[in-house]
Amino acid sequence: MNVDAIFLAFLQMVVMVILTPLLIGIMRQVRNRLEGRVGPGILQPWRDLRKLFAKEPLRAPGMSWVQSVGPILLMISSLSVCALIPLVSTIHSRLIPGDLFVVVSILLLGTVALALVGLDAGTAFGGMGSSRHMTIAAMVEPTVLVAIYALSIPIGSSALGAIVRARIADPSSIISLVSLLALVALGIATMAETSRMPVDNPSTHLELTMVHEAMVLESSGRDLAWLELGSWLRLGALLGLIGSLLLPWGMATQPTILEIFLGLFMLIVKLFGLGALLSGMEVFLAKLRLFRVPELLAGSFVIALLAVIASYLLEVS
Amino acid sequence: MNSIAAALVAQVVFAALAVVLALVLPEQRRALWCGVTISAIGVAGALTGISALAGGRGGIRIPISLPISALKFEPQQLGALFMVVVGAVGAITAIYAIGYAHGPANSRTSWIALAIFLTAMQLVPASADVVSFLLVWELMAISSTVLVLTEYRHRDQVRSAALWYSVMTQLSFVLIVLGFAILAKQSGNITFASISAMHSHRSSIAFVLLIVGFAIKAGIVPLHIWLPRAHPEAPSHVSALMSAAMVKLGVYGAVLVGTQLLPSGPSWWGLLILVLGGLSALYGILQASVAVDLKRLLAYSTTENIGLIFISLGAALLLRSSGLGHVADYALVSGLLLVVAHAAFKTLLFLGAGAVLSATGEGDLDKLGGLGSRMPVTSATFAVGALGAAALPVTAGFVGEWVLFQALIHGAKSSDRLLAVVMPLSVAVVALTAGLALMTFVKAFGITFLGRARSAGAQGAKEVGFAMKLGMVLGATAVVGLGLIPGRLGIQTSTLTGRDSINITSMGGISLTKISATLNPVALLILAAATAIPVLVQSIFAARRSPRRRVDLAWGSGGMRSSPKMQYTATSYAEPLSRIFDDVLKPDRDIVMTPSAESQYLVERVRFRQQVTDIFEVRFYLPAVKWFDRIGIAARRMQNGRIQVYLSYSFAALIVVLIMAVL
Repeated sequence: MNVDAIFLAFLQMVVMVILTPLLIGIMRQVRNRLEGRVGPGILQPWRDLRKLFAKEPLRAPGMSWVQSVGPILLMISSLSVCALIPLVSTIHSRLIPGDLFVVVSILLLGTVALALVGLDAGTAFGGMGSSRHMTIAAMVEPTVLVAIYALSIPIGSSALGAIVRARIADPSSIISLVSLLALVALGIATMAETSRMPVDNPSTHLELTMVHEAMVLESSGRDLAWLELGSWLRLGALLGLIGSLLLPWGMATQPTILEIFLGLFMLIVKLFGLGALLSGMEVFLAKLRLFRVPELLAGSFVIALLAVIASYLLEVS
Repeated sequence: MNSIAAALVAQVVFAALAVVLALVLPEQRRALWCGVTISAIGVAGALTGISALAGGRGGIRIPISLPISALKFEPQQLGALFMVVVGAVGAITAIYAIGYAHGPANSRTSWIALAIFLTAMQLVPASADVVSFLLVWELMAISSTVLVLTEYRHRDQVRSAALWYSVMTQLSFVLIVLGFAILAKQSGNITFASISAMHSHRSSIAFVLLIVGFAIKAGIVPLHIWLPRAHPEAPSHVSALMSAAMVKLGVYGAVLVGTQLLPSGPSWWGLLILVLGGLSALYGILQASVAVDLKRLLAYSTTENIGLIFISLGAALLLRSSGLGHVADYALVSGLLLVVAHAAFKTLLFLGAGAVLSATGEGDLDKLGGLGSRMPVTSATFAVGALGAAALPVTAGFVGEWVLFQALIHGAKSSDRLLAVVMPLSVAVVALTAGLALMTFVKAFGITFLGRARSAGAQGAKEVGFAMKLGMVLGATAVVGLGLIPGRLGIQTSTLTGRDSINITSMGGISLTKISATLNPVALLILAAATAIPVLVQSIFAARRSPRRRVDLAWGSGGMRSSPKMQYTATSYAEPLSRIFDDVLKPDRDIVMTPSAESQYLVERVRFRQQVTDIFEVRFYLPAVKWFDRIGIAARRMQNGRIQVYLSYSFAALIVVLIMAVL
C-alpha cells in the first residue's frame, strides 16, 4: 500500500510537470483562436521554459538569496501539492494522508515564496504585486477552507482521497446542492489563487492592473523559469482537484496497471477540458477593478458558507 | 523534600542570588552574571514543570503571619505545562538579555525586577490556593510595571504606556479577586482542589468576573488596549517575556476556570469565550497587518494568537456542553498546543525585533529594509518565527492550528443548531485570521529584511552579538522542533484533558485517534526534500551553463531607481487591506498638496500622513477616561480644605456606620 502510494505520488508529479505546460499552451491557444489570432501552438510554454533555462539570470545589487531560493521553494510547494492531492488515483500514503489543511498550507508556502520574491528587488512594482497578491491570498483562504469543509462533512474526514472515494461510491452526492455550491466557491477561489480572470489578467503587463506579473518582473533566466513552471503547476493542480471532485470516474482506486492508465487518461481529458473551458470563459470576462475583487471573494465565501449550512440541514432532515 | 520541592526552592534561591548580584556587581559585569542566574531561574522552573508533567507531585508551603493558612505551591498537570512554557521563555530571554541590556535596561532596578518578574510568573501556575495565586499574581503585575518603565527617562510615551498598563492590570486584579471571593465563599475553602471538587455550583457571576479579569491579562479585545502600548515601550526582552509568558498566564487562568474550577457551565459560557476569541483574532490581526511599528505589529499579533487560543477554549467548553466530549478534548489540546507554539515563536519574534532595534535604532518598518544580508542570523531566525506566526508547515504554529481546524470541522456533527452555525463561522474566522497573518508576516519579514535600506540606520546595521544570536537560535530551534515532532507534546496535552485521545506516530507526528486524522511533519519534510532534488539538480546544471550575472541596476520596469524611498513600504504594502477594511480600521489620513507658484495645477509636493488608531481606544476608552476625569474634578469640590467640612464628613461617616450596625 505504502510503496504503491509513493509510486503514484511520484507518477502524479512527473505527469503534472509534463502536462501543465501543455495545459497552459492549450489555454493560450484556445484564447488566441477565439479572439481570431493564429497563436503560437500548444508547445510554446515548453519552448519558453527551454529558453529561460538556457539564459543567465541577472542579479542587481540589493537582491538577496531570496531571488534564487524563492522560485525553488515555489516549485517544491507546487510539486508537493501535486503529489498529495488525488489526480490519477485516490490512493494515498498512510504517512501523509492528503489532508486538506496540509495541502492548503503547502500551497500557501508557495504563495509566500512568490510574495517574497516580489519584495526582494526593492522596486515599486515588485512590492505592488506582492502586496496585492497577499491581500487576495488572505481573502481567498476562508473560501477554500470552508468549501472543503462542506465537502468533508458527509464523510467526516478532511482527507481529499477519502472525499473523492466517497464520491465515486455515491455519484449522486456530486450533483447535490451542497457539492455544487462548494465547487462553485472553490472554482472562484481557484481563479483568484492562480491569478486568472477576472481577478488578474495573466497576459497583461499594464502597471495599474497586474498582480502576478508585477511580482516576477525582476526575475530572469532559470529563476523566472521556476516561477512560471511553479505557478502553472499550481493552476494545474487546482484544476485537477476540481476535476477529481466533479468527475471522479476513472480514477484509480486500486494500484493496477489498467486502472492507473485509465486514471492517467482521464486526468489528461479532465485537465485539458477544464483548461479549454476556463480559457473560453475568460474571453468573455473583463478584469475586475482590484477593489471589486473583495466583493467577488466575499460572494464566493458566502456560497461556501451556505454549502456548509445546507450540508448540515440536509443531514438532519 | 522531593525533586519538585527542591526545584521550587531553587527558583527562589536563584532569584535571591540574582537580586544580590544585581546589587553588588559593577555595571560592566552585571549583565553576564545576572543574565546567567535569571536564566537558571527559568531552567529550574521548566524542570519543575517537566517533573510535575511526568506525574511527580510535591510542593512547598511557606508559613506567613497573615491570619490565613500557609502559602501553598504545588504544581498540578495543567499548571506544570505553563511552568515549562514560562520557564523556557524566561531562560531564553535571559540569555538574550545578557547581550541586549544596555543603559537603563542594565540598571540594578531593572535586573532585580526581571528576576522577581520571572520567579513570580513561574509561581503563578504552581499556586495551589487562591491567596498564594493572588499574591504572586500581584507580584508579577508590579514587577512587570517596573520593567515597562525601564526607559522612562528617554521617552514620554513610556510613562503613559506604564500608566495604561497598570490601570488595566489592577482592574484585572480586582475582577479576579471578586471572582475568586465568590467561589471561595461557595466552597468554604480557598484551595483550588476544594473549589473544583464542588461540581454542582455554576456561578455565572464568578465565571464572568474571572474570565474578564483573565482576558485583560491575556490581551483579549476589547481589553487589549495596554498591549500595543506596553510592548513597544518596554525593552525587547521584557516584551518577549510579557507577550510570550505573562499573557499566557491569563490564558492559564481562563483554562483553569473553564475546565477545572467551573467545568460544567451552560453553553453560553463557552460561546462567550468563543466570541471574545473570534473578535480578538480578527481585530488583532487586522491591526497587526496595517501596523508600521514592528513591536506594535507583534503586540497586535499576540492579541490575535490569544484570540485563537480563546476560540479553542470556547469551542472546547461549547462542545463539551453539547455532549461532544471527544471533539472538545481536541479543541482544548489545540489551545494548549497553540499556547506552547505562540510562546516559542513570539519569544523569537520579539527577540528578533529587539535585535533589529538595537542594530538600526529604528522600530518603524517604513525606515528599515535590506537587513537580510547585513544580519543573516537575525533574518534567518526571524523568518522561522514569521513562518510560525503565519502557521505554515513545518512549525509549531501549524500543528496547533491544524488540530484546531480538525476539532472545528468535527464539531458540527450533531443535531445542535447552535453548533451548526458557530462551527462553520469559527472555521471561517480562523481561516481569515490565518490568511491575514500570512500577509502580516510577509510584510514584517519582507519589508524589514528584503529590498534596500530605507534609512541611514538600516544602511549601517551590523549583526548583533553572540548572546543575542544564541537566544534567537534557541527560539528558532524550539519553533521548528515542536513543529517537526509534535507527538510527545500532543500526548502530554491530551493527558491534561483526562482522556487519552492522541497517539504519537512512528515519525514523531501527531495522530488524533478518535477522528482518524494524522499529521506527520517529518514525512512532509521528506516529501519536500524528495521533490527538491530534481529541481536543485536542474538548477545546478543550468547554473553551470549560464552563471548568474551581476548588473548595476534592477530593471525596475525600465525606470532608473534613484532612491530607496521608491520601494513599497509597510504602509503601502497594507494599503489595499486598509482600504478593504476601512470601516473597521478607520485610518486617519492626511493629504496636503502644495501647488507650485506658477500654476495651481502643477503640484510641487504632496505630503501624506496616515495613522491607524485603535477604534476601541478612541470610541470607548478615551470617553471613559474623560468621564472619570470629570468625576474627579467634581469630587474636588468635596475637598475644599476647610477643617470643619472634613470633621463633618467623619461625623457623617460615623453616623452611617452606626445606623448600618443597628440595622
